[in-house]
Amino acid sequence: MSVDKDTVRRIARLARLKIEEERVEPMMAELNGILDWIEQLKEVDVSGVEPMTSAVAHNLKMREDVVTEPNNADALMVNAPGGEDHFFVVPKVVE
Amino acid sequence: MSDLTELTLAEARDAIASKKVSSRELTQGFLKAMEEARVLNAYITETPEIALAMADASDKRIAAGEARPMEGLPVGIKDLYCTKGVKTTAASKIIADYVPQYESTVSQNLWDNGAVMLGKLSCDEFAMGSSNETSAFGPVISPWRAKGSTAQLVPGGSSGGSSCAVAARLALGATASDTGGSIRTPAAVTGTTGIKPTYGRCSRYGIVAFASSLDQAGPISSTVRDCAIMLKAMASVDPKDSTSVDIPVPDYEAGLEGGVKGLRIGIPKEYRLEGTAPEITAIWEKGVEWLKAQGAEIVDISLPHTKYALPTYYIIAPAECSSNLARYDGVRYGHRAADPKDLIDLYERSRGEGFGAEVRRRILIGTYVLSAGYYDAYYLRAQKVRALIARDFTEAYKKCDVILTPATPAPAFAIGEKVADPITMYLYDVFTVTVNLAGLPSLVVPAGVNDAGLPLGLQLIGKAFDEATLFRAGRALEIAAEFKAKPEKWWRG
Repeated sequence: MSVDKDTVRRIARLARLKIEEERVEPMMAELNGILDWIEQLKEVDVSGVEPMTSAVAHNLKMREDVVTEPNNADALMVNAPGGEDHFFVVPKVVE
Repeated sequence: MSDLTELTLAEARDAIASKKVSSRELTQGFLKAMEEARVLNAYITETPEIALAMADASDKRIAAGEARPMEGLPVGIKDLYCTKGVKTTAASKIIADYVPQYESTVSQNLWDNGAVMLGKLSCDEFAMGSSNETSAFGPVISPWRAKGSTAQLVPGGSSGGSSCAVAARLALGATASDTGGSIRTPAAVTGTTGIKPTYGRCSRYGIVAFASSLDQAGPISSTVRDCAIMLKAMASVDPKDSTSVDIPVPDYEAGLEGGVKGLRIGIPKEYRLEGTAPEITAIWEKGVEWLKAQGAEIVDISLPHTKYALPTYYIIAPAECSSNLARYDGVRYGHRAADPKDLIDLYERSRGEGFGAEVRRRILIGTYVLSAGYYDAYYLRAQKVRALIARDFTEAYKKCDVILTPATPAPAFAIGEKVADPITMYLYDVFTVTVNLAGLPSLVVPAGVNDAGLPLGLQLIGKAFDEATLFRAGRALEIAAEFKAKPEKWWRG
């Protein structure tokens, strides 16, 4: 499987990642180089193998459904670019 | 004492405990060394005021007879660990000014054990790299140079600031993290010691996430003993990380000198790879002899799916990365593009401007392998191959207790040598990446130098949560190797 320029544009859009038009073709070549290399996994017989979803076998822990963090809105806003009071600011989304 | 920065972490601890030296003197020694070594670019942020305040607090505790296990010992923190009130960048432009309002569990554990923070160490951007060349703050330069050459070499990656700082004596030890080899590769190429513990041994809370099912924190330091001391302090079960495992952390240092008599050491035939540097093959053979001479039993083993580990990794790690890095949106924190025309434009440009080339590449690969129509062919298949790789180790451990392998396929390379082709760079992790996929612990110790005087490391792989045996075997290798080489301090001019 290899990607074309439209696919690069489509996945960049899905990833919300701006790729300048002149970077689309080089990126396509880089991605295809990596994807071609990954293709070798096709040789492996995986029939009947359960996918590994956890690095170490363990039971997921349960905890009480209670608030554990204090209300720290001030701290949360410290790093917000363009934040105002306790609000994150974004461009207008509703006309 | 002449140069305090030449002490190992254990020696410094003992010197402080016997009041031969104060934490302030020791800390000042390192701060001065850091200042003189800025050309190496190991630290992104130096924190001298914090260091001296912590050192003074430690000296008070020592005077009061209340010293903790790492009291007054100055260490560096990889800039992937959130440190409250101290800029944490992940070596990325996108969070170049980010000041965490909370502390990572592992760094908090170090402070609770008395350690002193010297500053924040560079790494590859979001820990994605094997040479520390993808950092937005420029490459870290290894203190090592080949004999008769002034060419700049890489300190390995992603924890290249950590390995550089320990090798150049700019810290007694450093925190690092390992997703595909990021502790062990830098340790191997700088003559330092590093351990990636079992997945779940250290909490991931507060460590900037790259690939959550692979990331694990660990130390880089100058000896096996130093790593044993640091890992004991860093490891804990943590309610803030549901994957941290509730298994008691043993006193690794206490069992260090147990020897390898009767220990079964597995030698995997699939690690004899074409293209491996001859000095690496030679040091591996030496390692086998060293352990044998100390009474270990050498066993031939097979890990048949080894060759599929890297391609598997380069599906799973980018997939998890594309998901984890979705949080950098230019809204809640981090870089925000100027004058966005709408919300999508804000997201796309903030991320496009903020992420470097390797990170962009991995986000796109990850997004592609998870996208509709390709998920089964790539991601699901990779998870199945991952299960086979883990099963290889389970089978091997029926015949052996510890596995001995090379750490890297070649010694350190020059800055710029491998940046043109991503796959050449990826292949540098060929011996380390299997361990992350299987979640196992793995220790790298310096074993010798090549003809050019550059360090060579050996890797030991252990059973899950059996770091103690790994330290014991690592100590045996260390005793036999008698690694004494040090880089010349050319940066002092």
